[in-house]
Amino acid sequence: MISLAGRDILHSWSRFVLTGFGLGLLIGVTLTMAGVYRGMVDDARALLNNSGADLWVVQKDTLGPYAEPSSLRDDVYRVLLGLPGVARAANVTYLTMQVRHGDSDLRAMVVGFEPGQPGQPEYLLAGRQVTRSHYEAVADEKTGLRPGDTIRIRRHDFRVVGLTRRMVSSGGDPMIFIPLKDAQEAQFLKDNDAILNERARTAANPALNRPGVPGLLEAVQAAQNASRSVNAVLVQVAPGTPPESVGAGIRRWKHLQAYTRDQMEEILVAKLIATSARQIAMFLVILAVVSAAIVAFIIYTMTLGKLREIAVLKLIGTRNRTIAGMILQQALGLGVIGFLVGKTAATLWAPVFPKYVLLEPGDAARGFVVVMVICTLASTLAIRAALRIDPATAIGG
Amino acid sequence: MNGLGIRIEGLHKRYGSGDTAVDALKEVEMTVAPGEVVGLIGPSGSGKSTLLKCLGAVIDPSGGRMSIGDEVIYDDGWKTPDLRSLRRDRIGFVFQAPYLIPFLDVTDNVALLPMLAGRPNPEARQRARELLDALDVGHRAGARPSQLSGGEQQRVAIARALANQPPVILADEPTAPLDSERALGVVRLLNRMARQFRTAIIVVTHDEKIIPTFERIYHIRDGRTYEEAGQGKAPD
Ligand SMILES: Nc1ncnc2c1ncn2[C@@H]1O[C@H](COP(=O)(O)OP(=O)(O)OP(=O)(O)O)[C@@H](O)[C@H]1O
Ligand SMILES: [Mg+2]
Repeated sequence: MISLAGRDILHSWSRFVLTGFGLGLLIGVTLTMAGVYRGMVDDARALLNNSGADLWVVQKDTLGPYAEPSSLRDDVYRVLLGLPGVARAANVTYLTMQVRHGDSDLRAMVVGFEPGQPGQPEYLLAGRQVTRSHYEAVADEKTGLRPGDTIRIRRHDFRVVGLTRRMVSSGGDPMIFIPLKDAQEAQFLKDNDAILNERARTAANPALNRPGVPGLLEAVQAAQNASRSVNAVLVQVAPGTPPESVGAGIRRWKHLQAYTRDQMEEILVAKLIATSARQIAMFLVILAVVSAAIVAFIIYTMTLGKLREIAVLKLIGTRNRTIAGMILQQALGLGVIGFLVGKTAATLWAPVFPKYVLLEPGDAARGFVVVMVICTLASTLAIRAALRIDPATAIGG
Repeated sequence: MNGLGIRIEGLHKRYGSGDTAVDALKEVEMTVAPGEVVGLIGPSGSGKSTLLKCLGAVIDPSGGRMSIGDEVIYDDGWKTPDLRSLRRDRIGFVFQAPYLIPFLDVTDNVALLPMLAGRPNPEARQRARELLDALDVGHRAGARPSQLSGGEQQRVAIARALANQPPVILADEPTAPLDSERALGVVRLLNRMARQFRTAIIVVTHDEKIIPTFERIYHIRDGRTYEEAGQGKAPD
């Protein structure tokens, strides 16, 4: 027996390839959407791995520092260092903002860190780490910056001295690492007018400006304007110490929140990325329905165009099963063409996507199965129409 | 096995029921010997297509008896269980239009029937080529149906009808779209094939050009058949 479906496909291959191509672009978009989600999860993991921390200590009752704002005094880390099992502890700040570069600005997450401490970018692609305590920066390659570039953050210029990779926020913004003091200033320091206003207001307050207590006013004003806050403290535990036990101690005695690596990943993936994941899932459903509609429509119209031939095939003794198989194989053939086109397209355009797109072979395999199932379901309409044809119509009136 | 040709006795077909019932066939009597080509002629609505559909096992008669070769296919409500293989193996169909499968080449259009009957592809194609040669379209064996002239397509359709060596061929207006020379060519072929393969052939026609070629003609009027001797001027 010959493959009726194969012959029909060869006979009208141009229509097949064109439809398959259109379907393929849809499948490519679908695979890319899945890849964007995978990329977000992977970015989150890379972020956690590269920060080199075992525990994230943040403000009590917050999901900080990535999912919610968190504010801690910047001397907390010294207390933490005194706890048993804590090897290293370092302040970090995070602030997503527009960073000026030349005439344009780019959106980035500015990270304040202490050079040589947890929170420092681990891998450098080019240049060096920050060595001076002011006005140097290491940027993620996705910023497009080069070593030697100058960027402006708030009131100060920074020189890019190194490039790192895979350090992006959960929103997809690349990170720029600057010294902690500069970052605190950028985040917490008020502008000059605000400082003058604040000082005048404090000086006008008789409770704080007492004639009999020299130095009180100055002390209060200094305290008001100091930038003494950070967003989190990254803790490395001593070798052999379970991070969770150290975290439990911090939560119990220091009235702070401490998250382990796993808890942090749970927050990033399950809470922060969850909305995006639901959006992507919704898109996947819509794309699946659209693909099914396209396949069903094409296969159905192609079958309607062959009603006379199908009646003749039935009249000369072709089994219903053979005819159904022919239509099903055509639908599956369309799916295979579409999948190949889609996979190729997704692979080609993933690198130029603004977000990290992680195409996993497992997703491709699942996608292929789904495409085949969709094509099978979509062909049922055409198969039903074909099986309803009466072979008597071939003889005519 | 083709010893008995076609035999139809007292065939009756009623469409619908109650007030709207139509008795398309009332009392059809017909025999066609193996190797014989008979004409079936009648005015519009007289029941010609209905008769071919009953004999072609695509609609059920309402009464009477039909046999093909040595096999009874219908007897007063009883019918052969496997109508599909009956159509595939025992009956060849030729229509007014050739109705070839557009996505198969000429050889495979013919070879499809033996293939459907379970013959291996090389054997089926070999058989198809022999038939196409016999019908003078062997040189077009690799072409698509759409690349053939109307007459060539009709000859391929006849080759297809013969492909499983059925004891019976039913032809419904097979010459309608052809000019008189080609029409006579098709009749000549049917006669030759009937003799060569001992096939019983019924040709439904309005075609004045070919009516004189039949040895015997059945007239059908108002659901009843009347036999008449033809002029029998079969072209050679
Ligand atoms: N499916 C059907 N349901 C009801 N009546 C039918 C049906 N098919 C045919 N008839 C009726 O049966 C009668 C015979 O029809 P049939 O098609 O056999 O005629 P015919 O001889 O082939 O005519 P023509 O030369 O016009 O093709 C007609 O009166 C027709 O209206
Ligand atoms: Mg008719």
